[in-house]
Amino acid sequence: MPNFIMSYLGSTVTPGQAGNQFWALIYVLVIFAGVAVVVLCMNWIERKALAHFQIRLGPMRVGPHGLMQPFADALKLMLKEDIIPAEADQFVFWVAPLIGLLASFTVYIVIPFGPSQAVTDMNIGILFMLGVSSLGVLGIVVAGWASNSHYPLIGALRSSAQMVSYEVAMGLAVVSAILMTSMNASGTGTLSMIEIVRAQQQQGIWFLFKFFPLGFVAFAIFAIAMVAETNRAPFDMAEAESELTAGFHTEYSGLRWSLFMLAEYAAMIAVSSIAVTLWLGGWMRPFPNLLHAPAWDFIFSLFPGLTFGGLALIAFIGTARMPSHSFFKIQRIGLAVFAALLGFLALLLLVIVVAGRSADTSIAARLNEGIGYVYWFMLKVAVFMYLFIWYRATWPRYRFDQLMRIGWKVMLPISLGVLMLTAIVGVIVS
Amino acid sequence: MNPALNPGMAPVATPFFFYLLAGMAIASGLAVITRRNAVHSALALIVTLLSVAGLYLMLYAPFVAGVQIIVYAGGIMVLFLFVIMLVNVEISSKERQFNRIWPIGLAAACALLALFMSAFTKGKALFPDRMVALPESSNTQQVANMLYGEAGKMGPYTFAFEIASLLLLVAILGAVIMTKKKI
Repeated sequence: MPNFIMSYLGSTVTPGQAGNQFWALIYVLVIFAGVAVVVLCMNWIERKALAHFQIRLGPMRVGPHGLMQPFADALKLMLKEDIIPAEADQFVFWVAPLIGLLASFTVYIVIPFGPSQAVTDMNIGILFMLGVSSLGVLGIVVAGWASNSHYPLIGALRSSAQMVSYEVAMGLAVVSAILMTSMNASGTGTLSMIEIVRAQQQQGIWFLFKFFPLGFVAFAIFAIAMVAETNRAPFDMAEAESELTAGFHTEYSGLRWSLFMLAEYAAMIAVSSIAVTLWLGGWMRPFPNLLHAPAWDFIFSLFPGLTFGGLALIAFIGTARMPSHSFFKIQRIGLAVFAALLGFLALLLLVIVVAGRSADTSIAARLNEGIGYVYWFMLKVAVFMYLFIWYRATWPRYRFDQLMRIGWKVMLPISLGVLMLTAIVGVIVS
Repeated sequence: MNPALNPGMAPVATPFFFYLLAGMAIASGLAVITRRNAVHSALALIVTLLSVAGLYLMLYAPFVAGVQIIVYAGGIMVLFLFVIMLVNVEISSKERQFNRIWPIGLAAACALLALFMSAFTKGKALFPDRMVALPESSNTQQVANMLYGEAGKMGPYTFAFEIASLLLLVAILGAVIMTKKKI
């Protein structure tokens, strides 16, 4: 068995490329579980962050600082009665959340968490991602229609119009980044997610800064379009609660509603990953070409451990600051246990780093590298996830005609212009 | 025992997957024309298009499969659903069909069947025995070379491709002018 794992850790290609179905399956399961955990965390972080933006405390009762709130919510949603309206189209109502979930989870098979830390590397990676994530809108449209109710139908119509319009600007922004991958000796670009990151490494620059400000403008277009694509505030027209109660999922309850929420957050992580891969250097740590000495490698490999250490420190401070009333005794113990868990994780990561340094052909060295890749990728994605919350707390919702006007009359011309300018500059430079 | 590094890839393009995808395409294609409810038909059509995309993948044409998903399943079918939802499906699904075009449809279907049968029986003479094995990794590049040409030369389909793009542009402008009275 250790041999089996060793041989895997020595591999430099993804399980999909190696044709190894067993490891591919393990990867799929790990990613699925990881996304589910991240969605739970996001649920807590979003409620906490939104509350603090509005000078509230947010969830405080279930567990210390409301840490158990997502679990309580999940339990509640699972136990809730699953209502299907009598006049609804039973089968379509039943299948709609599954379409959304399937679409947002399928894209994860090409997301490169590292050069070999992906389920597979497709030749058409980015095309596949855009295509499958555009299927997510079908779930929303069909859900709104099957509910056989006015608000959901309006929400579904809005959402389909919005997603189809913003997909155009999004696609053009992506194409201008793909054009940049062809700035090499052979002049051939690539659509593969892993090769796109490699191209950035080869050219020694994130595509965000390439041909400044062209790369930056394309990125900005994508960053705006991806908020509209995932139906998040300020573009959450499909579920504008002040106008449509809850939009397309008004009639949904219990587990089926939670599937929509899971799909939405999974899609958020997926589009953030596209942005990170195309413009922010994917799994690469900052300055991989400039600071490539072994000493720098060591310093950067300390980051995952130190991050968890910092989180543990915050949790410990929280424990110390708990009111000393006996009422808070259990909460204080709970938070201390949580802090200890985080600290243990930090210690584990640091031990792997030190072990990997002493012998650079061992499992620990490979593991170390892998942890680094996944850490930097997830850190960049986490920035986007926080931005999603920040947008929601900061900006008021757009009116629908304003939304469409910006999509077609501002974003589309700009992204077309950027595409043309990128092509022109690329031809001049090469 | 080195499974992770073993490049001996099991081929995905097995007969099982072909029959699965082809069966799905046919079954959902039948559902498209037999369902009275237009939304159910549209959903079945999406399944058909996705299984056809799967068949493209089996032919080692990933680019075509990806474009099929983006353009047909993701773009056109959403617009289909958008339009269908604006129609009152309840009434139209109870209405009797009033057009009388089924003899023409039957004739067209028979003609298509005859064409397929002839291709199936005489296909060996018409088509190459097997496809030239191209590396899958360069599929997109092959498509680009066909459309745009390589090394400064025009590709075999460059002209047709440019004409098609012009035609599409005209269609887009026509749609805008027909819907907007005042621009």
